[in-house]
Amino acid sequence: MAPTTLYDKVWDAHVVGQRADGQTMLYIDQQLLHEVTSPQAFEGLELAGRPPWRVGANLATPDHNVPTERRELGLDGIDDPVALEQVITLDRNCKRYGITEFDITDTRQGIVHVMGPEQGATLPGMTIVCGDSHTSTHGAFGALAQGIGTSDVEHVLATQCLVQSKARNYRVQVDGRLGAGVTAKDLILAIIGRIGTAGATGHTLEFMGEAVRALSMEGRMTMCNMAIEAGARAGMVAVDDTTLEYVHGRPFAPSGDLWNQAEDYWRTLVSDPDARFDASLTLDGSALEPQVSWGTSPEMVVPVSGATPNPDRLDDPAAAEGVRRALAYMGLAPDQPITDIRLDRVFIGSCTNSRIEDLRAAAAVVRGRKVAGTVKQAMVVPGSGLVKAQAEEEGLAQIFLDAGFEWRAAGCSMCLAMNPDRLMPGEHCASTSNRNFEGRQGYGGRTHLVSPAMAAAAAVAGHFVDVRELS
Amino acid sequence: MTPFTVLTGLVAPLDRANVDTDQIIPKQYLKSIRRTGFGDYLFDAWRFEDEGDIGMTPNERTINRSFVLNQPRYQGAQILVAGPNFGCGSSREHAVWALSEYGFRCVIAPSFADIFHSNCFKNGLLPVVLPKETVDELMAGAADGGFELTVDLPAQTVTLPDGRSIGFDIDPNRKRMLVEGLDDIGLTLAEADAIRRFETGHRQRMPWLFME
Repeated sequence: MAPTTLYDKVWDAHVVGQRADGQTMLYIDQQLLHEVTSPQAFEGLELAGRPPWRVGANLATPDHNVPTERRELGLDGIDDPVALEQVITLDRNCKRYGITEFDITDTRQGIVHVMGPEQGATLPGMTIVCGDSHTSTHGAFGALAQGIGTSDVEHVLATQCLVQSKARNYRVQVDGRLGAGVTAKDLILAIIGRIGTAGATGHTLEFMGEAVRALSMEGRMTMCNMAIEAGARAGMVAVDDTTLEYVHGRPFAPSGDLWNQAEDYWRTLVSDPDARFDASLTLDGSALEPQVSWGTSPEMVVPVSGATPNPDRLDDPAAAEGVRRALAYMGLAPDQPITDIRLDRVFIGSCTNSRIEDLRAAAAVVRGRKVAGTVKQAMVVPGSGLVKAQAEEEGLAQIFLDAGFEWRAAGCSMCLAMNPDRLMPGEHCASTSNRNFEGRQGYGGRTHLVSPAMAAAAAVAGHFVDVRELS
Repeated sequence: MTPFTVLTGLVAPLDRANVDTDQIIPKQYLKSIRRTGFGDYLFDAWRFEDEGDIGMTPNERTINRSFVLNQPRYQGAQILVAGPNFGCGSSREHAVWALSEYGFRCVIAPSFADIFHSNCFKNGLLPVVLPKETVDELMAGAADGGFELTVDLPAQTVTLPDGRSIGFDIDPNRKRMLVEGLDDIGLTLAEADAIRRFETGHRQRMPWLFME
């Protein structure tokens, strides 16, 4: 048999066949649902009188829109009537069709991409979809996980299939080990900086090499999460002991004989040694520094020791114009050192970096220190109610509170600022999230993407610093 | 879905690369549970000088006169010409709904982000990929307004005012979906027996995926 990639294997195991129009129908094992991209899909089902194909293959939780304060009030804590209607609509749709939902009052509620893996609802080799582009996160488990639009949410609800063409294979090999203070977030930001936000369009990324093997599942999720920021719908990491140890014993994971049977199969979910990739990139992980985004696209990123670019030194006039626009929006000068950028707010959270390991890394920096007086607000938003509970048990919450951080309830929060957590015009934010687009974290807001440790260090210093120099 | 065959329409140029879906339709409008009502908020932070919210109408807002879509010569445009990697970022289909509702039926760019590209076909919005030099030429042609193109999907051509026709590639199956205005879910459900057969085998091969 011809050698195949991890992506090829998961794809091949889910091909139902060709539709009459010639497109491939791919069977979907798991769909995650949230309040923002599902209401129109449920309405479509209802209008067409179509039942869900397989109710048990869906799992829902509200995350984008929920406030992160006054959670004990449940729905009554949502002041915005439009947001409230959306959250209630998810509750109603799930109840009507019998879909399992962790609602706003449930400890298991959280960001879909934190909740799924945490529950063992994300399993190796699965095909997973969700009406959210950061569904790529689940590829950390050797699953094929993709973000889809609302029409496809409806399509998968009605047919359990996604109709699409196969993507090409793109290998990212990271040799060496990341140094202390350098994380999965720095690695993925550096990769996006290298290949650009359209660098992997039309491809599925597979992350491999010594540095990736050494990452925890949390770190691998951070990398796959931002595959979409490199243009890839999906990012994947091969299954190994780290994967299986994480999955074992979780509520939705198989156990006993079924686990053994599954494990035999999951162990095969690696790219064959001679598998052919259509594109590849090799990096030396040991040479990497902590990264900070300076502009309005995730590819506008530099090492913390660097400075903003100077458009006058760029040959391509279109690229120079893009840099000029971004600097103007960000209120930054050309050649400005990154460590000179002062922060108004700090946000530690999002589906990229709100898991327990992320909070531990941030707390380790914050311990015994205070948020700088010039920082108006520093907040930690755990990825799920269970992460929150664990962090409280481990004493992390108290470390953040003692330092002057706000400690919130779980949700997407200031990553996209649909809920009340947002930046004011002109404010600079050190954020552990995934997108620094204009206005992403609030109208006129200025986002800098960093790792949790770097965000914590920035909160303490009031400006960016190399976390490795904070001892 | 409304079929797409031949469209002759006015072109509006949006000379920016990496236009993300957060710019096409900002987050505050995603709170709606409906498929309509997004056209007024297309490119919201660029079209208006104030911060908008759901329910506001354009006449309550401060218009940014310098933004291309607010210039009189582009009123009624049905074809948007934009820079590479159009529609990157969030999977929000609201971006396509907003473009369609505003009046666009076709977007021409050197490249599109994958999820946005796929969402277009579900809503009768035609994404046309043309080489960067051609897109630059169209952008220049549209600079003074009054520039019309004819997009012929069955023939896969874009015809310029001077009569030159430029061919474009498109997935034949997706083309058929648009030309015939097919019901995507209906087409898949016509294969329900095949899905059931696959599911039965899949359950035997991987029973741990069927623990519900």
